[in-house]
Amino acid sequence: MTARGFWPALPALLLLFIFFLFPVVRMLGFSLEGGSLDWYAKALGEGLYLRVFWNTFEIALLVTFFCLILGYPLGFLMATTTPLWATVGFIFVLLPLWTSVLVRTYAWMVLLGRNGVFNRLLIDSGVTEDPLPLLHNFTGVMIGMVHVLLPYMVLPVYGAVRRLDPAIVAAAEGLGASTWRIFWRIYLPLTLNGIFAGAVIVFVLSLGFYITPALLGGGRVIMIAVLIEQQVRETLNWPFAAALSAVLLAATFAVYSLAQRFTRPQEAT
Amino acid sequence: MSRRVLVVACGLIYLFLMLPILVVFPISLSSAPYMQFPPPGLSWQWYERYLDDPQWIEATWRSLYIGTATACLALGLGVPLAFSLVRGKFLGRGFVERLALAPVIVPTIILSVAVYGIFAKLKLIGAWYGLVVAHTVLALPFVVLVMVAGLRDFDRGLEHAAEGLGASRWRTLTRITLPLLRPSLVSAGLLAFISSFDEVVVALFLAGANMTLPKKMFDNILMEIDPTIAAVSVMQILLVSLVLVLIGRFGRGLSGSAR
Repeated sequence: MTARGFWPALPALLLLFIFFLFPVVRMLGFSLEGGSLDWYAKALGEGLYLRVFWNTFEIALLVTFFCLILGYPLGFLMATTTPLWATVGFIFVLLPLWTSVLVRTYAWMVLLGRNGVFNRLLIDSGVTEDPLPLLHNFTGVMIGMVHVLLPYMVLPVYGAVRRLDPAIVAAAEGLGASTWRIFWRIYLPLTLNGIFAGAVIVFVLSLGFYITPALLGGGRVIMIAVLIEQQVRETLNWPFAAALSAVLLAATFAVYSLAQRFTRPQEAT
Repeated sequence: MSRRVLVVACGLIYLFLMLPILVVFPISLSSAPYMQFPPPGLSWQWYERYLDDPQWIEATWRSLYIGTATACLALGLGVPLAFSLVRGKFLGRGFVERLALAPVIVPTIILSVAVYGIFAKLKLIGAWYGLVVAHTVLALPFVVLVMVAGLRDFDRGLEHAAEGLGASRWRTLTRITLPLLRPSLVSAGLLAFISSFDEVVVALFLAGANMTLPKKMFDNILMEIDPTIAAVSVMQILLVSLVLVLIGRFGRGLSGSAR
């Protein structure tokens, strides 16, 4: 048992214990009020709440899927282009990433609303007569969430493609493999780790999303985080909010640790 | 040929990423009394309305000093923590590392509700230092990730040389180690600042009547979409751009830390 170099960690550790670990554990404890599992039975047994969980998972899966098919080409292009274009590409990914979620959500409301930019363009060009319902529904939430989470997919894919030995690609080209074949047989299998890392992060972050569904969902798209907020602020039902939080946290950690177990042996090679 | 398809597809995806950022610029300069696109004319009225409204200005100042205090606290706690994680050898180091990074994974709504429960008891709702502490929990992972990466690449031979020449450990730390880590320190501090300056969910619960800028924006978006938000958004985007330029110029690359 050694303690070399432990002391510098102590102040940060105290902060994390007092303002992170303790409050979370204390709140989760509320869910067991009276020593029964009634609140969990309500969260996982009643159709209404089960639907919210199911919705959340469905949205998270779809968001992950769209981030993947949009993020892979972007990460791939950035990793294989000239340094100058790669820098430009990075700016276009990092600027949205660090711009406030509120700014982006507001901008999507401006773009997607009934009298918004898209609907104006569609109506003026005669594509449609009535404005399309793009906001305050499932579509709006999906667009907003994919936009917020896309950079989290692009960066790991970029890293994975960069780590790939260019000699392998050159060898395949020299042996006459087509571009598509090189992609399917070399790039895709060798960058699976990056794809997986990005997908897990996007999925896990989607599960706990609050701002985007709250503002772009217009009360019609209820995700778990929105339900927790309502329970605490509107109905003041702390035990139920705690049970919902415990389920959300368990799902998050389950996905995350499963993914970690899955990637570790691959990383060693 | 297929390369060209890729470039065109990526162009469209970049457009998707940048569109929301670009669209607020024309709207913030609109002369219309309400949201209208394209704007019928140009004016500074929304910027004037922002600058003339003491509530907006107060919220901006509050967010600025809360962000600055968060960056200082997160650096003060996170840098020693990173030293421990990279150079220390103690029981439970893996646990400490996981705990420090956990705020990224744990949904912010859970942290917010949990801390709200405690702060309501302690009557800390609305206190600026309460928000600083909660924001520091969220900013710590950024500081730890950036500093751990910086310390892993650090050439310890330089420290040994300084100590061999008779420098005390403190002198080595302040004259050799920290100056060499400056790019990482700059990145970590700026990321901590931005993460606090943009943070909404915790602020919704803990800020009470003392609005931060994001909370004020959230309330305004919920109630009415008035182009003042567009003007505030433009300023927020410019601030983030400035911070990214500063990181690019004086800091350590972000892409390495994001992996």
